[in-house]
Parts: sequence; structure tokens; C-alpha cells
Amino acid sequence: MVADISGAELISHRAGGIAAYFRHVWAVAEKDIRAEMRSKEVVGTMAAFSVLSAVVFGLAFDLRVPRPELVVPGILWVIVLFAGVLGLHRSFGSEVDHGTLAGLLLAPVERSAIYMGKVVANLVYFLIVEALLVPALLILFDVNLLKPIVLLGLLLGTIGYVGVGTLFAALTSRNRARETLLPVLLLPVLAPLFIAGVGLTSVIVDGRAGSEAWPWLGIIGLYDALTFAAAFLLVDVVWENS
Amino acid sequence: MSTLSSPSRPGRWFKPLIVFDVIAGLAMVTVTWAGLLHAGDAINLAGEEQTAQRIFYFHIGSNIAAFLGFLGSVVGSIGYLFSRRLVWDRWAAASVEIGTIFGILVLLSGSIWAKPAWNTYWTWDPRLTTATITVLIYIAYMLFRNGFDDAETRARFAGVYAIFAFLSVPLTYYSARLFRSIHPIVFDGANEEAQGGFAIGPTMGQTLTIAMIGFALLFFALLFHRVRQFDAEARIEALRERFDE
Repeated sequence: MVADISGAELISHRAGGIAAYFRHVWAVAEKDIRAEMRSKEVVGTMAAFSVLSAVVFGLAFDLRVPRPELVVPGILWVIVLFAGVLGLHRSFGSEVDHGTLAGLLLAPVERSAIYMGKVVANLVYFLIVEALLVPALLILFDVNLLKPIVLLGLLLGTIGYVGVGTLFAALTSRNRARETLLPVLLLPVLAPLFIAGVGLTSVIVDGRAGSEAWPWLGIIGLYDALTFAAAFLLVDVVWENS
Repeated sequence: MSTLSSPSRPGRWFKPLIVFDVIAGLAMVTVTWAGLLHAGDAINLAGEEQTAQRIFYFHIGSNIAAFLGFLGSVVGSIGYLFSRRLVWDRWAAASVEIGTIFGILVLLSGSIWAKPAWNTYWTWDPRLTTATITVLIYIAYMLFRNGFDDAETRARFAGVYAIFAFLSVPLTYYSARLFRSIHPIVFDGANEEAQGGFAIGPTMGQTLTIAMIGFALLFFALLFHRVRQFDAEARIEALRERFDE
């Protein structure tokens, strides 16, 4: 099968237009998701960590906080932030460990397609974890976060987080400090996303008018747009001469 | 081997730098004089708050220097990514280091002032939040640089990080501003929630200008020295490599 691909076909693969680009993105994403389904390295750990953190927060704030509504928006986003760091460094860490990064980068596709494929795979992991976390918060704190605007904010916020996080994971995969450094780099840069996420969730949890959430969604959307534009421009810089 | 991304001979800038150091030193003496003696008292404040107000000159001066550092990091990073000449990266790295020192001074001087003015050292005001986050990003940047052996990889990756930081800092400010602000806006007027604000008289305005110029000069003096050090370091590295061959 592999031997059938001629040079001309390879070149046409590289050109190929938008549809081919998305096929490449999906090919990388599918590869990661399939590997994850077999190894169960990332999602299981992230999910366990999330629920565990929710329990720890529950123990920390029980009897001290009069109404859990006061702290749940913060708890949600802190857990997403910390659990995310846990999963992100494996994105390139596992490629480096298995020595497959060079092979991946040699694939005759746009480098940004490889990055986008990793983003899609990470996004899937994050959303699975969040689908467990939100009900866990409902059970532990009796605060219902299953509201459309909160979920939309969580989705958009996660997209931005994964966009920056995947690129930074590629940056730290070459660093001596590796995974230790990822959260230190990531958390201050994610500040706008975190503040806006907490603000948005608070609006809904407090039962204020949904229109008050729009400015927050605007900030998250702007953050997503800016970071993806920058990531597209800069991703080639990260992998040149490698 | 003259193309070793040409760190200039460190000796060449020695004398001009000494002159510049003396100018910056004299400027800082002038800032101290102006801030403590020349500037009039803030008329609408009294007691401890009136005395504490004088830290304002130091605070804004450091802020200017920290801002120059922030700007330098971005300009240096973009310059490197376009030109691929390591000298840009050295300017970016030096800007961040000097900017961090002044950023920490901004936070400290602000906290000291805030205790009498706001009756607390700290609030999560947007300017405080943004300044803190920026300093944390600087520190992360320096830690990140430490972990690379190859100068080119270090420059590329640090440059990418600096550009992301540059994009996120203004958004941090705007998102933090959606929460209520109590930081006085001295130049822009209207913030009805502001506490501890004061009107600026003529001597105070002059002092402020002197402070801004003085701190900018101090920033550049420190920056030139740090870049010169980095240049010397790169030169030694290059010489060592040539020696090994």
C-alpha cells in the first residue's frame, strides 16, 4: 500500500487545497486519538485528576464557604487549567519519548496541519474530561453548570487553551526542564482566558441576565482568534531545522 | 569566522558607556531631589497619605522603565525572527531582565503606597493584576531560556513565547478591567470609583517628567551594560568553539 504512493502523488498531497489540508489535520488527530485509545495514558489521568481536585476543593471549602455558588466558577476553571497542563505535555512528550517526532515532521504536509491535528486531538481529550467534571461539580457542590452559555464559554475557552497549550507543549518538548516548565509558561499567558471564564461562569451561576456574559465571551473569542493567528504564523518557526 | 553573528568588540563601547552611566546617575540624583524637595505637597491629601504620595514619582518612573523592557522584549524577538541575527535576541533577553527588576519595583512601591491610601497592600485591580502577570511572564521567560543549550533554538523559542506574552497582556488588562477598578487614573480624569487620587500641580508635573526621563536613562544604562555582557559571553563562546576546532 505504502509503496504505491508515487512522488507525484506526494507532491499533490502537499498542494491539495483546503480539503486536503483538513484531511491531513484529521489524519494526525486520528493517529493521536487511536494511540490514546490503546494506551489510555492521558484522558484517564486527566479525568481522575479533575474529579480528585473537585473532591479536594470540596474538603477545603466545606464549612468555610457559606454558599458553594461563591467558589464553584473559580473551582471549575482552576481544575480545567491544572488538568489541562497534565495532559498537554504528553502531546509532544510521548512523540519525543518514542522517537516518532522526526517521522511525524517528515510527513509531506504543512507543519501547521500537524499542529492543528494535535490541537484537535487535545480538544477531544479536554472535552471528554470536562463532560465528566461538570456533572461531578453538580453532585459535589449542588451547582448546576449545565447551562448553554457556560458550556459555550467552556468550549471556546478550551479551544483557546488547547491552541496555546499545544504550541507551548511543542516549545517545552525541546527544553531541558520539559514538563516542569509548561505550567510556568502557560498559566500567566492564559490569564485573560481564566479571568473571562470565571467572570462568565459567575454571571450565570449568580443568575444575572445572560446578556452580561457577552463581553466575557467576546474576550474569549478575541483571545482564541489572536492566539490561533499567531500560532499559524509561528508554528513553522518552532520546527524549522528539525 | 567574522560572521559569528558579530558580537561587537566589548572594549569599543567602554568609554561612551561610562559617560552614559554618569549621566544616568546624575539624572537619578535629580529625580530624588525633585521627588523629595522640589515637588509640592498634594493639596487634597493630608498626613501619612500626603507623604506616601511622593512614592508616586518612583512608581511611575519604574513603570516607564518596566514598560520599556516589555517593549524591548517584543521588538528584539520580532527582530530576531525576521533577521535571524542573534544580536536581536540578546537585546530582547537583556530588556526582559532589566524590565523584571523595574516591574518588581513597581509592584513593591505600589503596595507601600496602597497601604495608607487604600488601607490594604493589595487588591485585584486591573493594573495590579496586569503588572503582576507581566512580571510572572518575564520570570517564566528567563526560566525558559535557561533550559536551552543551543543559542539559535533558545532565541527562536524565547521569541515565540515573547510574542504570545505580548498578545495576552493587553487582554489580561481588559478582562481584569471588567471587574471594578479602584486604581486612580491621574492623567485620564474620570474614574468615579478611584480612591486616593490627587490633583497634579505645576511642580508635581515637572517632577513627574524628571522622574520619567531619569528612570528611562537608568533603564538604558543598565540595558547597555547587560547587552555588552551578553555580547562578551557570545564572543567567548565563539572563541572557545574556534579553539576546540
